Amino acid sequence: MSMEYQKILAKYADTPGGMLEAFHAIQEELSFLPEEAIIEASKVFGQPAIEAYGVAGFYSMFSTEPRGENIIRICESAPCHIAGASRVVASLEKELGISMGEITADGKFSLEFTQCVGQCQATPVITINGKPFYDVSPEAIPDILAEFR
Amino acid sequence: MAEEMRIVLRNYGKIDPFKLDDYLAVGGYDSLKAAREMDRFELIEEVRAANLRGRGGAGFNCGAKWSFAYQTEADQKYVVCNADEGEPGTYKDRLIMEGDPHSLLEGMAICGYAIGANKGYIYCRGEYPQAVNILKQAIAQAEEQGLLEDFSIEVRQGAGAYVCGEETALIESLEGKRGEPRIKPPYPPISGLWGKPTIVNNVETFANIPAILENGAAWFANIGTPFYPGTKIVTLTGDVVNKTFFEVPTDTTIREIIYDFGGGIKDGKEFKAVQIGGTSGAFIPAANLDSIIGFDHLVSIGACLGSGAVFVLDETRDLVDIAVQIAKFFSHESCGKCSPCREGTVRLQDLLDKINNNQGVAADLPLLNKLGKVMSYSCFCGLGQAAPIPMLTTLEHFPADYMAKIG
Ligand SMILES: Cc1cc2nc3c(=O)[nH]c(=O)nc-3n(C[C@H](O)[C@H](O)[C@H](O)COP(=O)(O)O)c2cc1C
Ligand code: FES
Repeated sequence: MSMEYQKILAKYADTPGGMLEAFHAIQEELSFLPEEAIIEASKVFGQPAIEAYGVAGFYSMFSTEPRGENIIRICESAPCHIAGASRVVASLEKELGISMGEITADGKFSLEFTQCVGQCQATPVITINGKPFYDVSPEAIPDILAEFR
Repeated sequence: MAEEMRIVLRNYGKIDPFKLDDYLAVGGYDSLKAAREMDRFELIEEVRAANLRGRGGAGFNCGAKWSFAYQTEADQKYVVCNADEGEPGTYKDRLIMEGDPHSLLEGMAICGYAIGANKGYIYCRGEYPQAVNILKQAIAQAEEQGLLEDFSIEVRQGAGAYVCGEETALIESLEGKRGEPRIKPPYPPISGLWGKPTIVNNVETFANIPAILENGAAWFANIGTPFYPGTKIVTLTGDVVNKTFFEVPTDTTIREIIYDFGGGIKDGKEFKAVQIGGTSGAFIPAANLDSIIGFDHLVSIGACLGSGAVFVLDETRDLVDIAVQIAKFFSHESCGKCSPCREGTVRLQDLLDKINNNQGVAADLPLLNKLGKVMSYSCFCGLGQAAPIPMLTTLEHFPADYMAKIG
């Protein structure tokens, strides 16, 4: 694991302001930002560790805790809300046996809230690993999940 | 019936975004070539004369903004495209980036020539991986053919922070830091990215530029309302028959958008309210549906065009419940830099939650009003200043929804 993030960080070392890009790339591999990676980033970008932590903690797409292999995010912005997002949440929680903010015991799925993901032509919307699913109904959840199980 | 007019979406759905040749075949990059034949000052005057005003929310004259960066002497200047598009209910910039990426690149390159910048950044929200992919391929193709000459463009991804749409927070984020807004002045055209003169414009603003140069400033200035000419992409959501997008002249009325383009209210219900400009926008009652969407007209009815999102609610909707959801958005998205916003957004959510759970008392309503007013004039940036607007306007126009929940 350590080798991976060091290699990634080295790639962005000369990119001005590249910490966000580097964090995205690390998360792509590891799904979250381990403490060692954040500290290493602070060295690579010549910043105090507190700055690197500050960046990791500021953005909702970055996580300092391990996450599931597949990250399911449900839009809770007003257009999705009135289109029935809470029923989709209930269906996901039931189907996966976890609550929002949790990870399944097998480490396969994380459930997270998100704000608008810009696919509001087809509310309610969920994303799985960044890929949007449109006009999601509670009944459609088992089929959608099957693809990732 | 009102009709669509496509300027920024002129190529949307007609060309293959992955094929530069498609864009070239419809006259793509001709405006950039023409611009480079022009004197820089005259080019900026042409953009100013078109009276194109920023499509990212603040409505500032684009040419005037460019002239500040043009006049500021520096060894390095930057062009930054604001593609953070975090305003809930909005996806217009995504349509442009995914459907016609070269219009954006061409607009940025024209700006680069005008102000004397050789480096551009597109700050695209992290939720748009497909747009990022398309943009990167488009940039590679344009650079390979030498179309951008000495102007280079890089795409950077945001990471899920609404406040990064605010231009100085965006700049902080581009610099690899927490996206907290800076104090203004200095404004970015004087001192922006890494302290250098920087133009930050919205995707839709840039995408207008090639068409303006192709057809002339006078052509553009005569479309829609003269105070805010041109078109606006509108993304329509909520209880309407057609949840979709349109590009319309700026003298189109709200009523036309909902009933002509949107097909009216879904399931034969009655209209109750419409929120324009995204989740920070005002809720507008039926009495104001005949206002046109032009920037100043909406301001005159206490609203704001913002991103052009139009969120429609039918007679059955409980506006307190929706105001709670919106308050949750702001308390989550507050960056925490200033206390009126950091604390205010949380208190706002608490108070609304309490009322929504039928535990409110009559005294909560003046308290909400006071909190909202304090936030609107004391918060550091537009996020906190706008956060109470949905509550204030629902309370003003739809007090019955609140009263029904207060014992
Ligand atoms: C909280 C907040 C969020 C904003 N979000 C965006 C955004 O997502 N996209 C955008 O173009 N402008 C956004 N703006 C406006 C920008 O600060 C800035 O005015 C705009 O990018 C300038 O470009 P324009 O002149 O082309 O509109 C936001 C402003 C605030 C206060
Ligand atoms: S409101 Fe849910 S995707 Fe835009």
